[in-house]
Amino acid sequence: MKTINLPLLYFVILSSLVLLFSMTSLFVGASNISMADIIHTLFEQGEYDFIINQYRLPRIFLALGVGAGLGLSGALIQGVIRNPLASPDLMGISAGAGLAATALLVFYAAAPVYLLLLTALSGGLIAAAIILFIAYKTRPTPMRLALIGIAISTFLSSGIDFLMIVNPIEINTAMVWLTGSLWGRNWTQVPLIWGTLAVIIPFAFWLAWRLDVMGLGEDCATSLGIRPSKLQLMALLTAVILASISVAVAGTIAFIGLLAPHLARMLFGHHHKYLIPSSALLGGLMLIIADTLARGLQPPLELPAGVLTSLIGAPYFIFLLQRYKAW
Amino acid sequence: MISTENLTIAYADKVIINDLNLTLQKGKITALIGPNGCGKSTLLKAFARINKANAGQVLLNNQPLSSYADKQLAQKMSLLPQILITPEGITVQRLVEYGRSPYISHWGKLGDQDKSIVNAAMQETQVSEFATQAVESLSGGQRQRAWIAMLLAQDTDIVMLDEPTTYLDLSHQIELMKLMQAMKDKGKTVIVVLHDLNQACRYCDHLIVMKEGKIITEGTPSTVFTEQLLSDVFSLKAKVVADPVANTPMCVAY
Repeated sequence: MKTINLPLLYFVILSSLVLLFSMTSLFVGASNISMADIIHTLFEQGEYDFIINQYRLPRIFLALGVGAGLGLSGALIQGVIRNPLASPDLMGISAGAGLAATALLVFYAAAPVYLLLLTALSGGLIAAAIILFIAYKTRPTPMRLALIGIAISTFLSSGIDFLMIVNPIEINTAMVWLTGSLWGRNWTQVPLIWGTLAVIIPFAFWLAWRLDVMGLGEDCATSLGIRPSKLQLMALLTAVILASISVAVAGTIAFIGLLAPHLARMLFGHHHKYLIPSSALLGGLMLIIADTLARGLQPPLELPAGVLTSLIGAPYFIFLLQRYKAW
Repeated sequence: MISTENLTIAYADKVIINDLNLTLQKGKITALIGPNGCGKSTLLKAFARINKANAGQVLLNNQPLSSYADKQLAQKMSLLPQILITPEGITVQRLVEYGRSPYISHWGKLGDQDKSIVNAAMQETQVSEFATQAVESLSGGQRQRAWIAMLLAQDTDIVMLDEPTTYLDLSHQIELMKLMQAMKDKGKTVIVVLHDLNQACRYCDHLIVMKEGKIITEGTPSTVFTEQLLSDVFSLKAKVVADPVANTPMCVAY
């Protein structure tokens, strides 16, 4: 009997889905444009050049990149702290990056992109440092760590609310961006997230085997030549960078960092060699679907994609909490 | 070989290992024995650089442990911890392959030599037939053998085991002792923390007896294992008689 290479099959299916929804996304939006016109515009010039090439096309690339970044970030965090309830948003990393970036936008609305990026990154790093410090001091169970993370996340989000209430005039820019929307983005942000991914994905593959060995516990990993503290630091730093840049590009999009790695684990098992690419693919897929729905549900009105991911993610999180016993 | 110089380890002001000087013997099976909390597991973990010294140091071949790179050290010594965490869904083959971690390239790819070492390790511990099965689906004895296979695949001169017999029934305990002797026969140095004193006497060449972070005595079982020692170290009333099978000392508590 010939065995089917299941992981390969799943990868092919996932990639096809990503392609399919990316194509669909081109057709969805406030203006009704025919398929012939869209294809014409893509390959030559046309009257819809702006909508297609400057508006919808970059959004597809952004949604895929940001979703992949969040999914990968979640996979790395869950892998390294051995906690299925961990993700960049539940641990306050996204909120930290969001708070720092909001503060920047409130006080300096015309901030250049690179500054926004660095600010978000510092915010994410500080939030991660806070939660790690607390975790180091209290050695919490996975469930308690999730609670601590949610508390920190809520605290940081209240900081965002405070900034917006105190500075009501500047909030418009911050507001749209914060809810996790891909509205009003263009090609300038595309290289940011894709450039980051191009560097980090190979590094994540380098971490893969080590993360697998960490599954045997810290003592075993040490005796096999892997220093847990060093690996944890490298993987967490990578995860924070990915999450913060995703926030800088698209705002705080919740739950993809939690959901994508879980789904990936269900389909591909526990090897990080598979988890890393599949979490990225699934993250991209989720965000492109969410963004397409957000745009297509009631045009010309547009929902932020982050609202949609929360709508699906929150119930799943509750389900996880219920069934969670040990990992 | 492993030695310690004035090694002291403390957790939050509680001294676990107290100013300890020791040199282990090459090519022998050495057992660390002593009552619960005497520091034997802590000492073993200090040998493996899992526990850091608060003062003094551990030396490997007269070089401080800190002078070895992570992989370099893992090619010289291995440790089987007392509590083994089996990742969900992991197969026996995969577990044994992890033993090659200190040798493989950056991307976790095994070479032909690695693969043959992994196969040989599985054969020696008789787990080849379970290679594709999940470790968690095996019985306790088979599972322990799979872990020992991982240890063998790591192929180090020094092998350390922390209470490897704890969850095994008697026949599997004896089987494990014989695996340890096979390691010794291949020239390896084995260091093991054991609770069963009679097994330590029968299968080990050298005993190190600890109490409250200090070494009380060390030597061959027949020289150190006395009724007086059992009373001093374990507060145990016992008769020491000759083991009817191996003629090594054996205690019967009363």
